[in-house]
Amino acid sequence: MTNKAPMTMTQKILAAHAGLDFVHPGQFIEAGLDVCLANDITGPPAALEFEKMGGGDVFDCTKVVLTPDHFTPNKDIQAASLSKALREFAKEKGIVNYYEVGQVGIEHAFLPEQGLVTAGDVVIGGDSHTCTYGALGAFSTGVGATDVAGGMALGKSWFRVPSAIRFVLRGKPGEWVSGKDVILSIIGRIGVDGALYQSMEFAGDGVAALSMDDRFTIANMAIEAGAKNGIFPVDTRTREYLAAHPCTAPGMEKHPREFAADEDAAYDSVVEIDLSALRPTVAFPSLPGNTKTIDEAAALSVKIDQAVIGSCTNGRFSDMETAARILKGRKVADGVRCIIVPATQQIYLDCVRKGCAEIFVEAGCVFSPPTCGPCMGGHMGVLAEGERAVSTTNRNFVGRMGHTRSEVYLASPAVAAASAVTGVLTDPGTLV
Amino acid sequence: MGKAYKYGDNVDTDVIIPARYLNLIEPADLSKHAMEDIDADFVRTVKPGDVIVAGSNFGSGSSREQAPIVLKESGLAAVIAPSFARIFYRNAFNIGFPILESREAASAIEAGDEIEIDFAGGVIANRTKGETYQAEPLPEFMRGLIESGGLVDYVKARR
Repeated sequence: MTNKAPMTMTQKILAAHAGLDFVHPGQFIEAGLDVCLANDITGPPAALEFEKMGGGDVFDCTKVVLTPDHFTPNKDIQAASLSKALREFAKEKGIVNYYEVGQVGIEHAFLPEQGLVTAGDVVIGGDSHTCTYGALGAFSTGVGATDVAGGMALGKSWFRVPSAIRFVLRGKPGEWVSGKDVILSIIGRIGVDGALYQSMEFAGDGVAALSMDDRFTIANMAIEAGAKNGIFPVDTRTREYLAAHPCTAPGMEKHPREFAADEDAAYDSVVEIDLSALRPTVAFPSLPGNTKTIDEAAALSVKIDQAVIGSCTNGRFSDMETAARILKGRKVADGVRCIIVPATQQIYLDCVRKGCAEIFVEAGCVFSPPTCGPCMGGHMGVLAEGERAVSTTNRNFVGRMGHTRSEVYLASPAVAAASAVTGVLTDPGTLV
Repeated sequence: MGKAYKYGDNVDTDVIIPARYLNLIEPADLSKHAMEDIDADFVRTVKPGDVIVAGSNFGSGSSREQAPIVLKESGLAAVIAPSFARIFYRNAFNIGFPILESREAASAIEAGDEIEIDFAGGVIANRTKGETYQAEPLPEFMRGLIESGGLVDYVKARR
């Protein structure tokens, strides 16, 4: 009997952070945290729970990150009160990584951009899309406010070690097929609880064909398959990204640690994905797993009232460039509103400097500052009864973007931009 | 004892408590909107001790702890489902709101059935049909978390 047993990438990161040589699926462990994150919706209740846990100092004032990004710039008085509570908590606890409106971006685009998360980290965040950082080879997962409070107090959190599904990616995606199409087609295949309690571990030669932005989008929506986390192996592209995005926060040093799954690690199942066979994919109401290819969708002539391009899923600069490529010299269709939301101030600035902003405004789009607003029906594009949106966000649940009888179709920036131009769900390949 | 509300698979946190109300922080204010996007009558008719019986993947979607909070605040005794989304599952334990995994109970119980739960033994009794169902036993760690009074007390004791 040996105490060495093969582990998945996720299991190795968790074991290292729990001070253990080996962990097995189902085991309860306590792991140290590199980052504990909250926003303007989850931070204020976490602050209340933190005081109930005895208050005092947070475990490390550089490792708590607070991002007022959801209802900001404040949409109403109650939202302003939440932001104020978050700001006061940050000030009282001396939290270094509190980012005010004007600096802050949508958290899951912002943290990697600012180098606040690196390979090998363990991150919990009071936001379900915290799983995004798996793109960097980190273990990251969403939790509720009380868990955030516990993380801020102890610098540790309990986890049940997950088993994993291995997704072997092969080949290269075709033109207009992006990370969004990869993850939507996977969720369509395995279902919205297809990876419940499990890790989604990506592997195969197809990984190298995916940009970091594609990987962020894919890891971001692991939660939409019920997963605890989604994670990519660390490769040249990861290392280049990390080198280009150093952490400059005062007193916070980040040291990437590369973990790789053992060759003989056990997986609950293995799913092969041929990237070259994928088509742009759209999730119809009201589940992210309710997918059709753009060819099936376009044949249905689905009229839209609004297109939203942005969010933690698809608000990165490459998403903006894709939208600009399609919108350049064109106009948004009559009767359609197109709302474009770059995810961070840096991306906003890049859009201005590199000409995307001008293209958007000339095409008749709204060009918004960073905010999560429209994704969950908060502000900046709420839908009325009977209205229909194509959106690059991550959820199309009943009432997600507004009225319970409004509809959301999830798609890539290319599909959303092409649909904004025609007014119906459109294959970008037929437009350009 | 209370009556059962019955819902389907993948009841998500956006219908349990829509994001448009997350600018509120008091449980009493939030709970006025519990379940309203899936069941407009829920808030008006729910009574202390009632239970929600649902399909698989209950609580899918966002990490908002406000979801189990509004169900607890509504007076519900528990949610029974074959499976729960993992963040909802974790949040429910952390705030001390009971959830029970039972495929058998979730399929046998009908809307309006009178349900009584023995939490210590995980036994769900359907008084209307005269049946009982056994819920999945809790992992030892989760039992310990409940016995120590939820995550707040668990953390407090360790600081």
